[in-house]
Amino acid sequence: MIQTPLSAERADQDAASRTAVGAVADAATQADADEQASLARLVSTSGERLPNAELDPWVAELDAAAIAELYQDMAVIRRLDAEGTALQRQGEIGLWPPLLGQEASQIGSARALRGDDFVFATYRDMGVAWARGVRPSDLNRVWRGATASGWNPYEVNMAPLQVIIGAQTLHATGYALGIQNDGADAVALTYLGDGASSQGDVNEALIFAASYQAPVVFFCQNNHWAISEPVGLQAHRPIADRAPGFGIPSMRVDGNDVLAVLAATRLAVERARTGGGPSFIEAVTYRMGPHTTADDPRKYRDPADLEIWAPRDPLARIEALLRGLGAFTREFEQQVADAADTAAAAVRAETIAIAQPAAHELFEHIYAEPHSGLARQRAEYLRYLAQFEEPTESGQPSTDGGAR
Amino acid sequence: MTVMTLAGAINAGLRAALAADPKTMLMGEDIGALGGVYRVTDGLQAEFGPRRVMDTPLAESGILGTAVGLGYRGYRPVVEIQFDGFIFPAFDQIVSQVSRTHARTNGVVSLPITIRVPFGGGIGSAEHHSESPEAYFAHTPGLRVVSPSTPQDAFTMIQQAIASNDPVLFFEPKRRYHVKGEVDVDRPLADAAPMGGANVVVTGSDVTLLAYGPLVATAMDAATAARAEGISIEVIDLRSLAPLDLDTLAASVQKTGRLVVTHEAPGFGGLGAEIVASLTERCFEYLEHAPVRVTGFDVPYPPAKLERHYLPDLDRIMDGVDRALGRVGAEAGAAS
Repeated sequence: MIQTPLSAERADQDAASRTAVGAVADAATQADADEQASLARLVSTSGERLPNAELDPWVAELDAAAIAELYQDMAVIRRLDAEGTALQRQGEIGLWPPLLGQEASQIGSARALRGDDFVFATYRDMGVAWARGVRPSDLNRVWRGATASGWNPYEVNMAPLQVIIGAQTLHATGYALGIQNDGADAVALTYLGDGASSQGDVNEALIFAASYQAPVVFFCQNNHWAISEPVGLQAHRPIADRAPGFGIPSMRVDGNDVLAVLAATRLAVERARTGGGPSFIEAVTYRMGPHTTADDPRKYRDPADLEIWAPRDPLARIEALLRGLGAFTREFEQQVADAADTAAAAVRAETIAIAQPAAHELFEHIYAEPHSGLARQRAEYLRYLAQFEEPTESGQPSTDGGAR
Repeated sequence: MTVMTLAGAINAGLRAALAADPKTMLMGEDIGALGGVYRVTDGLQAEFGPRRVMDTPLAESGILGTAVGLGYRGYRPVVEIQFDGFIFPAFDQIVSQVSRTHARTNGVVSLPITIRVPFGGGIGSAEHHSESPEAYFAHTPGLRVVSPSTPQDAFTMIQQAIASNDPVLFFEPKRRYHVKGEVDVDRPLADAAPMGGANVVVTGSDVTLLAYGPLVATAMDAATAARAEGISIEVIDLRSLAPLDLDTLAASVQKTGRLVVTHEAPGFGGLGAEIVASLTERCFEYLEHAPVRVTGFDVPYPPAKLERHYLPDLDRIMDGVDRALGRVGAEAGAAS
């Protein structure tokens, strides 16, 4: 819409303000271009395979079929993510933190790990959980509000998703100390975001990891936003630049390039596995969606940013790469669509089937050993609840709490 | 029986725990070559090596956070917080992670972490070296909180805390570190009284006086002094602050009808408030007088030259006993 200036003075003001806005926008564009130019990358946005002497050896064995698998992984978690948002909108889960845009970061890093490695991740890393083998029925247990964590950490070697920002980086470092004490060659990998880089715990984790040369990899998904705060509020220089100050080697990769992420993570994991100590990876990506389904990014984010990032889509470039290799066939497309449909249908059906927990579960597993105070509260509350129950045919109240 | 200081008894208990289980390890600041600022871990690094007795960077949250990860890996970390007032950087890891990981993982992951904290005043220290933060932790579900008052209890309870599959805050009365007592080091741990039970240390019939950690000895002195006046005080050492052994405490209050609770920590929202409320709920019809708290005041821990006005001492506890007995004019000196 064209506005007619009310006066010449106002027109001057508008012109001045447009110039200032333009200057800020130019600076932002330049900063974005500089950032993109600084990233280690193996696949361009148009699907061209780019040489990189440091990273190439780590993905040298990947053939078209292996790259296609990575693509399928990303397509599946993108679909699970969309399903998560849909389930939230339909009231089946309470909250969902979308990972849209971060598929390459999550799949590339998770696929660099062995089964006996251990992952400490955050609430947005549902794609990592899926890649670690978490069952569809377990993925949404937390978001459904049925339990505090969905899966048995030892079945998939991944801790419950952490909500306290940065806390998990210390857990990974401690776990890595345990690996070291055991003389094992497993590795701990921890995920964190750009916001977490401001936390004391993350800095303490880097210090502990460096001091003991613990076999831990710090994988930072810099998605540019900590809810509404841009990364510039957390870091005035690239986050990866901090790690060398702790004595930890770091690398800044294109987080939307699944091959680069896989290669960088393999490099770091191998370093940890062979006694080379900790590493830090900053995967520069972009949170295309809101912080969570409870957030409205239009209040703080210029929609033009999305137009800059849309062509950097993690799936599109691998699709182009595979097309160039002749591997993005109709059959493959159908296979990916089927895999995504199957996963989404399973998550939907199994999420909706998650049962209402029984009242007594409130008191379970608070302590590993009997606790007199809690035992008293439990008994009193279940007695209270029993008053409201209809007698069953056997004449006994059917209180769920009496089961144990 | 061996005569040991309270600090020496903890050292002996730690040594026994380290010897018994290769997964047990100690972590903390200056606990290695120095043996801790109070020498509680003296000699243990030389005996068990630097990976089982680890000097850590000076970061309390880092100590607790890495202990969580070690717990995930099957280790049994015993961490030392150098001074009570230094625990707060670790508060988030303790409250948000240590206390609830077992619940969060539906009972799959246990975190048998023991957090040793030298606590309390009376040693003329600088600021942040004389705090009594136990109520914060007693308030937090998932944690157990204990405090020994004698060398014997220190020896057995530290081993019980380490053996517990729950996280335990182990509050060590630092002004009692050098008090000596007899310790039966040969008695099997299985034969010792459980760490969760209170201990009637003086039997009496007129007033129940509850104390823990540094004030148990003062409470026993009060019982001795009162006896000379013809007043029979029953002194109970709580030993466990969370959970509370309410059965033992209630039985005593039902017998005496009068209750005095004493601790160094500020009164407001303190352990005394919880104990008085719980026992009033249980024993209301037995009480002959309102329960009395004799505690630190609701001020930051004072500079050394004001400590004697802050810490409950024999006179203030006796004054509290007088109040519980309904003696007129005995008002001053009791907190709250």
